[in-house]
Amino acid sequence: MTGNRVSYTLESTLESVNKAEELSSQLAAQAGFGEDECQKISMAVREAAVNAVLHGNAYDPKKKMTVSYENTGGELVIRVADQGKGLDVSHIPDPLAPENLLKQSGRGIFLMRAFMDEVRFRTLDPGSEVTLIKKVAAGAPADTKEASK
Amino acid sequence: MTMKASTRQMDGVTIVDLSGRITLGEGSVILRDTIRDLVGKGSKKILLNLGDVTYIDSSGIGELVSAFTTVRNQGGELKLLNLTKKVHDLLQITKLYTVFDVKDDEATAISAFTK
Repeated sequence: MTGNRVSYTLESTLESVNKAEELSSQLAAQAGFGEDECQKISMAVREAAVNAVLHGNAYDPKKKMTVSYENTGGELVIRVADQGKGLDVSHIPDPLAPENLLKQSGRGIFLMRAFMDEVRFRTLDPGSEVTLIKKVAAGAPADTKEASK
Repeated sequence: MTMKASTRQMDGVTIVDLSGRITLGEGSVILRDTIRDLVGKGSKKILLNLGDVTYIDSSGIGELVSAFTTVRNQGGELKLLNLTKKVHDLLQITKLYTVFDVKDDEATAISAFTK
């Protein structure tokens, strides 16, 4: 049903990152996205989940990652939240700058922005939340099941 | 699918056949350990065959960059072989396609290493 939101509370582990990625791919397919778009969406979510688990929660077993999916009919909206110390996106270097090209890390948020139509960041208390938005193609089904796990 | 790496020698070039996912965790660690092991043994010409790599995330990209710089800093060369379209596109949007020497034919790649 359009507008329903599915939310998962996950441990701060790499298994949770993989689960968030798999769920994203399944739900994107249900929302009517093609294979390439599903992969882009699931990759953006993977990057957000890695940030949440690794940089946000720092694998702390007491801290959880929450991933929610909502198909508004016009958009697939995915939110990934952590309970870490927060993220200041204004100080993240441009990974395409010549001096950063050969750096090992720092491409996650860039990839999220490359693969999604809109990426928003919000500070929580505690933690941070990234909202990933992909516009649903006209005529595609708007269907996410209502659930909470 | 977990990542697998196997190495073979051809005309003085060490070819590393990679398959599976190069992602944060096991995949990245296997690639890192493989490169460190080869560099430690003195390999200076390394060709990474990515033909069977199904998926790569930003950590995997970072590991490829790290492999490239590690080998180069030891005076060696690292080239990439057989990129899938997905990996090719990923290297394009991250502007790394021009950083790496990318080949799509093994014989051509081997002959492209400095003699």
